[in-house]
Amino acid sequence: MIRILKQLAKIGTITEPLAEANNEIEQLGKQLAPVIRKHFAGSLAIRAVDAGSCNACELEIHATNNAYYDIERFGIHFTASPRFADMLLVTGPVTRNMETALKMTFEAMPQPALVVAMGDCAVGCGVFGKDNYAIAGAVSDIIPVNVVIHGCPPTPTDIIRSILQAIGND
Amino acid sequence: MKHPVNTWFAESLGDHGIYTRYLEDHHPTHMPCLEIRLLDWEQAAQTARRIEMRLVAVWATEGGRHEQDEGMYVYMCFAHPEHRHALLRTLLGKKNRKIPSISKHYIAASRMERHMQDMFGIDVANTPDKRRWLKHEHWPEDAYPLLREFAADTRMPKVDGEYAFVKSGSDGVYEIPVGPVHAGIIEPGHFRFLAVGEQILNMEQRFGYVHKGIEKAMQGRTALDGIRLAGRVSGDSTVGHAWAFAQACEYAAKSKVSRRASYLRGVLCERERMANHIGDIGAICNDAAFSFMLIQMHRLREDMARLHANLFGHRLLMDAITPGGVAVDLDVQSARELIAQTRSLAVEVEHLRAIYADNPTIQQRVIGSGPVSIDDARDIGLLGYAGRASGDYPDERIEEAYAPYDDLDVHIPQGKLGDVATRVWVRFEEIADSARMIIQLLENLPDGDIQADWQAPEPGISGFSAIESWRGEIACWLRFGEGGVVDRYFVRDPSAINWLGLELAVREVPVPDFPLNNKSFNCSYSGNDV
Repeated sequence: MIRILKQLAKIGTITEPLAEANNEIEQLGKQLAPVIRKHFAGSLAIRAVDAGSCNACELEIHATNNAYYDIERFGIHFTASPRFADMLLVTGPVTRNMETALKMTFEAMPQPALVVAMGDCAVGCGVFGKDNYAIAGAVSDIIPVNVVIHGCPPTPTDIIRSILQAIGND
Repeated sequence: MKHPVNTWFAESLGDHGIYTRYLEDHHPTHMPCLEIRLLDWEQAAQTARRIEMRLVAVWATEGGRHEQDEGMYVYMCFAHPEHRHALLRTLLGKKNRKIPSISKHYIAASRMERHMQDMFGIDVANTPDKRRWLKHEHWPEDAYPLLREFAADTRMPKVDGEYAFVKSGSDGVYEIPVGPVHAGIIEPGHFRFLAVGEQILNMEQRFGYVHKGIEKAMQGRTALDGIRLAGRVSGDSTVGHAWAFAQACEYAAKSKVSRRASYLRGVLCERERMANHIGDIGAICNDAAFSFMLIQMHRLREDMARLHANLFGHRLLMDAITPGGVAVDLDVQSARELIAQTRSLAVEVEHLRAIYADNPTIQQRVIGSGPVSIDDARDIGLLGYAGRASGDYPDERIEEAYAPYDDLDVHIPQGKLGDVATRVWVRFEEIADSARMIIQLLENLPDGDIQADWQAPEPGISGFSAIESWRGEIACWLRFGEGGVVDRYFVRDPSAINWLGLELAVREVPVPDFPLNNKSFNCSYSGNDV
């Protein structure tokens, strides 16, 4: 136990003001705090669905939770159930085999729900292409999309920025 | 000559009365392709099993340019620790597309045979499992997507159907269906648990949800274009998959990669191994509520990603490998930076390892949970850290010893118990070993170009490669067609085999310990579904 405490003291707080985004996120986060408080009772719950990604996008979503980015400081957290999610974060081209599951997840959410299509595949099928028997289409071909995030995969900074923007647009 | 034609397997088969014909249009010669008669198919597999070869993969293809008739071929590949890989293939009858199953000799063949059944309409006789695999029930029965006559952009109607899961007739057994959408931020797949009280009686996997038709999508792409797709078979092993694709292309075209490029590939691959092991150890501990390790390990993983973005232009090292070389060179300053970070990471991980080893709550959860015996590991042919934890040690960095590993001394952590704790132990050992090799490679980085001219081979030439990615061996076979494009691409991610290990491991494990076991294997859904 003492070693754990020592390690924690040594590393300290490493969460950054996301300098590479020119502090834009910090400001956005501050502006949106009242929005999140008012519309989402202080916290925004996200349900992430992989509708066919290569799993690189999932790695970067995980990264938004690490100590450097700490997405929870903006009142945003990931939830296990669509039933109490405010936002659906979808990655990957939607495969034929995931189409139904994606629709069902979306329909299980309380409406109005925000949908973010994350990554080049979710936006336009990316490197896999639309002309494939196994791919049903981009996310917007299956369910309505509010915001898209480009990148293969998008960086954690881009993900946080776009999520905050999606709330702002609402 | 360093790599003579490998005749060992042909001779072994000959001793058992199986006639083989060596195929000239397949490369490399140290992993030859032999044609056998259809009637010898099952016996060849049985012989391979007897001489203690491991099954690498089974796959099918329609004939290429060199084949006189446009028949259907089925391939299988085996590997032996001392004699490397050998491929066998046979021609199926034109009308009667039927082949005997080899699943009774190699259980890992079962899902691959189901895949051939789904994608080519090949009738696999005597298979223990006739159910569809990646082709879900809502697909029309007669749709065979990997046949040439099936257009890639075909839109199929949805039909009704239901998958027959394994059931228990007993009243005391209840079913827990999980997925395809899981609770966390992970890939989709379905698990069907049969549980008695808290204990898992049986866990059945149902996959195919992220089947993206990559094998079909690769057809008609040049190697330069296709490598981007290959690098996205499974995003967390992008270096491994891109390298396997590049190496199969280079073997087929008999083109050489410079020493410098191969050293850099080694650095990329070992960094990928470190990053994934570090991230996974954190996640395994987190599944047992030891979140301290998650936070610490993910901090280190992020440090790695940031340096990768600076030096190689991508946080996860995507698109860094090209056919004929690598896309990014390192100058002296960058190499120093990479050495310094690798060294300090290794120190930090060792420090955290001491905390992990000293913590009774996590140790109680991991020790003895989900053991896989050495016999089971060999029967399945478990790869990578999953195999190494159970006492089977296939490692292509040693067995095939492709560059740059011919210059290195890879240490293999030799586990025995095969439980979660041993799988974690193997990963800790591998982090240290990878760090050592990265430093050695960078300190001895040879001069030279990083990119050789890429020239596609003649149509009909095929190449095969086996690359030890962080998860284990990735096997890749491809054949070129007219105009330098890929005519058929087959890839077997280690997950396609290691998933079977998880099914075995979690028997008699309490349901709440499933996530712990699952993460200790951390198989890829995308790599399995392709």
